Amino acid sequence: MPGWFGKSATETQITHGQRLWLYIFAGIVMALLLAPTLIVIPMSFSDSQYLEFPPREWSLRWYENYFGSVEWMQATATSLKAGLFTMLVATPVGTLAAYGLHTARVAFVRATFALLITPMMVPVVLIAIGAFYAYVQMDILYTLTGLVMAHTVMALPLVLIVIGSALKSFDMDLEQAARSLGAPRWQAFLTITLPQIRFAVVTSALLAFLTSFDEVVVAMFISGGDNATLTRNMFNSLRDQIDPTIAAISTIMIVVTTLMMVLAQVFGKRRTGG
Amino acid sequence: MATLAGANHSGLRWDDRLERMRLFGLSSPALLLVLLVLVIPVGWLFAVSFIGEGGQLSLENYQRMLDSKAYYRIFVTTFQVSILTTGLCILIGYPLAYFMSELPSRAANLCMIAVLLPFWTSLLVRTYAWLVLLQKKGLVNDLGIALGLWDEPLKLVHNMGGTLIGMTHIMLPFLILPVYGSMKAVDRDYLKAASNLGATPVRAFWTVFFPLTTPGLFAGALMVFILCLGFYVTPAVLGGGKVTLVSMKIVSNIELFVSWGAASALGVVLLAITVGILWIASSFLKLEQLTGGGH
Repeated sequence: MPGWFGKSATETQITHGQRLWLYIFAGIVMALLLAPTLIVIPMSFSDSQYLEFPPREWSLRWYENYFGSVEWMQATATSLKAGLFTMLVATPVGTLAAYGLHTARVAFVRATFALLITPMMVPVVLIAIGAFYAYVQMDILYTLTGLVMAHTVMALPLVLIVIGSALKSFDMDLEQAARSLGAPRWQAFLTITLPQIRFAVVTSALLAFLTSFDEVVVAMFISGGDNATLTRNMFNSLRDQIDPTIAAISTIMIVVTTLMMVLAQVFGKRRTGG
Repeated sequence: MATLAGANHSGLRWDDRLERMRLFGLSSPALLLVLLVLVIPVGWLFAVSFIGEGGQLSLENYQRMLDSKAYYRIFVTTFQVSILTTGLCILIGYPLAYFMSELPSRAANLCMIAVLLPFWTSLLVRTYAWLVLLQKKGLVNDLGIALGLWDEPLKLVHNMGGTLIGMTHIMLPFLILPVYGSMKAVDRDYLKAASNLGATPVRAFWTVFFPLTTPGLFAGALMVFILCLGFYVTPAVLGGGKVTLVSMKIVSNIELFVSWGAASALGVVLLAITVGILWIASSFLKLEQLTGGGH
């Protein structure tokens, strides 16, 4: 396409040919962004201990290893439970807080918002050792309750930001109208406001689940025994050696998160479609 | 009549205030959780950092940081890794964001997958992937030798190089997303105007386009830098014990030495640095920009 090379590419008369380096660079970077995650998938079906690529022999032995191991199965169940409960707690608690802070118009709303999003700014290690200490005092170390509490706190900032920005673009006059027609506030919220921000609620619920499901450092400290999470066990085995079972687990995790994000996208699309 | 209206008015004001407090009260479950899991424990860590080995009030935990060469090195390494990662993210992420910002929206959305897929893939999975790729018998070494770039398998992981590769890969989306956002917001007519006035493409880019995108670049770089300062998982796995960051020292202080005082003091300093940087940065840009840019 010699014509294309000579064509101007931007408003500043630079040609595509002159910018070829940028296109090649961008292509390489995008490949490097995608490749590491995607290469794990075929590797997980390799028969070899040494994770070759491309695999010479195919097998499902690492998946058998994973599904056959009581320890891995228990950890997976813990992670799924923690994710689910975190989602079920963080979403309503965060939505209530976002709604309260959006409507309250009191002096310390901004300060409260700042306090509620601090878990995002504080180094995770600090949250981890702090929670570890507190949980020893409260006698909830290595319990699912403790894990869900910590993960909820870590997921709250995301819920607040997502729901908060949805409320900003929601016309509060609609709720006012419902209330002036006699609906109590909670009813106006449930029947008018909540349906309008439902996509943000779903998105924040998914993010809350993923926050918990992917979390490593806090789980390293406060989950253990029967309630050790999947990521905690993965991290520990990564420190020792390169176990191909991790590739199988990674593949499953990639599929699960991608499915969830595609789901979130579909919800987002429907919003713009009306 | 007048007093009645006045009473009614003050009653309404009272009602209004009550209503506002009740609404504010909706955030109390969230506040309670944050208080219980974060504020009180971190407050306790702060207190513990001022208690010496003998149980007396002392600054020894902070003194140790100033005296010990090892602690000094840990802070230097932490800043080194954070600055290098942020720099690499800017050098790699800015051109890619620029490339995407000029594409038609359908193509741009497709390219966005390359940024978002790693973004939502578990951190641990991506770290593991790099561990596998960079090991002695890994794909990168195989390719390098097959292409004749080097003869012996290189040591690409369990060192600083491997740590930087992994961290840059993990941090890139945090930089690209806000930069891309600010690039899309630039009115391209400014560039047309610049070139009509005789600016070369390069000059138009640096004097018109680039300055307009600095808020996004600044927000993204800040986010990356802050996250790097407290990073644990990736350097712990890819550094192989050769790269010790502050967060790793905190963990080993607890896990190996059960030294809460030393760990807490390090944590307090790490938090103070983070808050300090955010505070300085907040005079340049709104915090909402930062939190909105992340996701």
